[in-house]
Amino acid sequence: MATPLSCRFSMVRRRLLGGMAMMALLSTCGAISSLAAAPAEASTLRAVMHSGLRVLDPITTTAHITRDHGYMIWDTLLGMDDQFQPQPQMADWSVSDDGMTYTFTLRDGLKWHDGGEVTASDAVASFRRWAARDGGGQMLMDHVASVEATDPQTMTLTLSSPFAYVLELMAKPSSVPLFVMPARIASKSPDETLTVEDQVGSGPFKFIADEYDPGSRVVYEKFADYVPRDEPASWTAGGKVVNVDRVEWINMSDAQTALNALNSGEIDFLESPSVDLLPVLQANPDLTVEKINELGSQTIGRFNFLYPPFDDPQIRRAALMAMNQTDVLASLVGNPDHYSLCPSMYGCQTPLATDAGAPASLTEGGGTAAARQLLEEAGYDGTPVVMMQPTDAPTVSPQPVIAAQLLRQAGFTVDLQPMDWQTLVTRRASQQPPSEGGWNMFFTNWYIPEVWNPLVSPMLNGRGKDGGWFGWPDDPELESMRNEFAKATNAEDRKAIAKRIQQHAFEQVTYIPLGEYSIPAAWNNDLSGILHSPVPVFWNITKAE
Amino acid sequence: MFSYCLRRTLAAVPVMVVVALFVFLLLRLSPGDPAAIIAGDMATPEQLDRIRETLGLNQPIYLQFFNWGGELLRGDFGTSLMSNLPVTQLMVQRLEPTVSLALLSIVLSVVVAVPMGVIAAWKHGSLIDNVVMSVSVLGFSVPVFVIGYILIKIFAIDLGWLPVQGFKRVSEEGFGPFIRHAILPALMLSTIYIALIARMTRASMLDVLGEDFVRTAHAKGASEKRVLFKHALRNAGVPILEVIGTGFALMITGVVVTESVFNIPGLGRLTVDAILARDYPVIQGLILVTSGVYVLINLAIDLSYALLDPRIRYQ
Repeated sequence: MATPLSCRFSMVRRRLLGGMAMMALLSTCGAISSLAAAPAEASTLRAVMHSGLRVLDPITTTAHITRDHGYMIWDTLLGMDDQFQPQPQMADWSVSDDGMTYTFTLRDGLKWHDGGEVTASDAVASFRRWAARDGGGQMLMDHVASVEATDPQTMTLTLSSPFAYVLELMAKPSSVPLFVMPARIASKSPDETLTVEDQVGSGPFKFIADEYDPGSRVVYEKFADYVPRDEPASWTAGGKVVNVDRVEWINMSDAQTALNALNSGEIDFLESPSVDLLPVLQANPDLTVEKINELGSQTIGRFNFLYPPFDDPQIRRAALMAMNQTDVLASLVGNPDHYSLCPSMYGCQTPLATDAGAPASLTEGGGTAAARQLLEEAGYDGTPVVMMQPTDAPTVSPQPVIAAQLLRQAGFTVDLQPMDWQTLVTRRASQQPPSEGGWNMFFTNWYIPEVWNPLVSPMLNGRGKDGGWFGWPDDPELESMRNEFAKATNAEDRKAIAKRIQQHAFEQVTYIPLGEYSIPAAWNNDLSGILHSPVPVFWNITKAE
Repeated sequence: MFSYCLRRTLAAVPVMVVVALFVFLLLRLSPGDPAAIIAGDMATPEQLDRIRETLGLNQPIYLQFFNWGGELLRGDFGTSLMSNLPVTQLMVQRLEPTVSLALLSIVLSVVVAVPMGVIAAWKHGSLIDNVVMSVSVLGFSVPVFVIGYILIKIFAIDLGWLPVQGFKRVSEEGFGPFIRHAILPALMLSTIYIALIARMTRASMLDVLGEDFVRTAHAKGASEKRVLFKHALRNAGVPILEVIGTGFALMITGVVVTESVFNIPGLGRLTVDAILARDYPVIQGLILVTSGVYVLINLAIDLSYALLDPRIRYQ
């Protein structure tokens, strides 16, 4: 009997749907059959860092996560120990009697991850790329006559004029350290960022390109041919002994998720827990909660010197008098265990720490009346202070709110403009008037090793619109004192000059240091040997099986 | 039917061109500078200029658009400004977590919500109906991240049955690890869709259950189950299918909260990261692909109407 047409269509439809269902079932079965045993992972250390790694070039960018990545796969000619002293790392050095020639000799056994040998030519190319990009490096290059490979193991640096901070700048741990890369990679322009293929170093870990997921996950494996130094590890100096086979950095954008993952043992190390979640971590006896970056960070306020009202030093002084660190830090950090008042522009736990020039009100409060009086004497006409407030970055969003209130109490008119951090980063580069897309004031944070002396601190650069940092103070006197500092070889002289520089910077209110904070890291008790360092490092760590 | 499909597909081309132009201009006109983001805190204006030049960002906008359009025509979405990796590679890397999670969620939603809606309509006005509607209101009202955290607390932290975060690919690790990691996010993601589909199913079923053909089916002695699922549900299917299809498209493009709470490296997080970093080629690529997904899903929904309801024919 013939099947009616409508029934045939109906059957076709049923078969079609049935076929689709079967395909779905088969694919599921196939997926089940591909169940694989998890690889052995006893010596895999899983860490959640403060942010995801997206840019792979530690010379082009100053992002701390890229710097931390740099320390995993590249090594440095010199390291810096916990006494702020440069120490040999890839190279030892000698200095000529007149202090004008530095000779760096590479130690034996240095190899690239792809098997080649590290030579002085690699070091020279890396030095040049670093010096073209880093502020300290540029300053150093102003005093360099030549830098060359005099033999495969030796790099010679000859100065054209005296400069006492060669070793300190080459050893500085942040924000752009002098990483040594193969010459073929280091010969790229510093304005062209390195690619995945360029991630070849001679450091203690190898970058695993196949497992790299930008912003989400980075995987490193122990570099078997790395020969650590014999000295004990201290900050970025000493022996980089790797005791785990593999390190995975997993980015977690949600603080609660990271906390849950650490509590449940899915990760081993959390670099930067949210402050309000610390009590939960501290209540877990299986975890250690401890500061590893004891120097911490300095939070600061910066003015735009180009436009009213902050082109007037007296008005800047009024703003300085209006500020107090307690209010800002209490709002930013909350728990006083994790912050400290500090009148020093160089950080309070550094060799150059001083309170010279800082008004008492900065740390003690109570400067509002004096600020009002200064403002009146300066003839402030009510020009609004355009203050940029990033709303998406918890470490910089509270400061403008508190500062705006303190300035208003002193008589300022403040126009608090909310925006995301990346808009702020773009806008602060604008030298236009505030009413045309410019700005008057913003806030940011620095690691203490980035401000610990007048040469490395970008805020103490007085080169103005051409070569200065955002805000652009044009201050020849400050520059002259920095040059004097660069030539001082004696520790006491350096300290005296640094003191004068700070005194001057407070008089001119080059910027306002708003105190220090340091957030503890947290890790599973299975880990031991975690180094205290301004840069999170993963050598020296052992994971119990 | 074929000519209809062809016409619909061709009609998508101008839509995509308009989307491409709109996205390109919107990004260039919004504040933010990728060069400043790459360079970081210590860059001088000269260094920023040089980076912009290297990235091609200092060219006139129309030239940048034509360069990008030319690459698109060759099937190349460009290269990420941040990671220096091809945009296609980044999207492919993130596609599987998002699509597999969306598929699992939509299956879960349909399996739970359609029977709920049918039963609620069948027992209209009863306690069951009230319970289903209350659950539905709850599903709509409670923010998804709250549901996520509650699920994590119960099943991952207190009971320890499931991981608190992460994702395992079916293609690499197999179905077991995948489902262990994906079931909680899928539950979280499907909550709102269960509520939506259950309500839509109930409303459609209530309309259809009052029709003459349902009374006729009852009069012919068809069983309750047959009347509900064979006659009524099938006739109520078109609006339900539309909600499911649109829901699937929304899931693919709107899973960012779920991906954040469960730390899943999917397209949602890639989009947010790219926007925050002003990574223009990645944002442009993602929005174009998303638009394409919407167009295709809408086409698939339209075509599936004919399968469900033979009265619908396309000219």
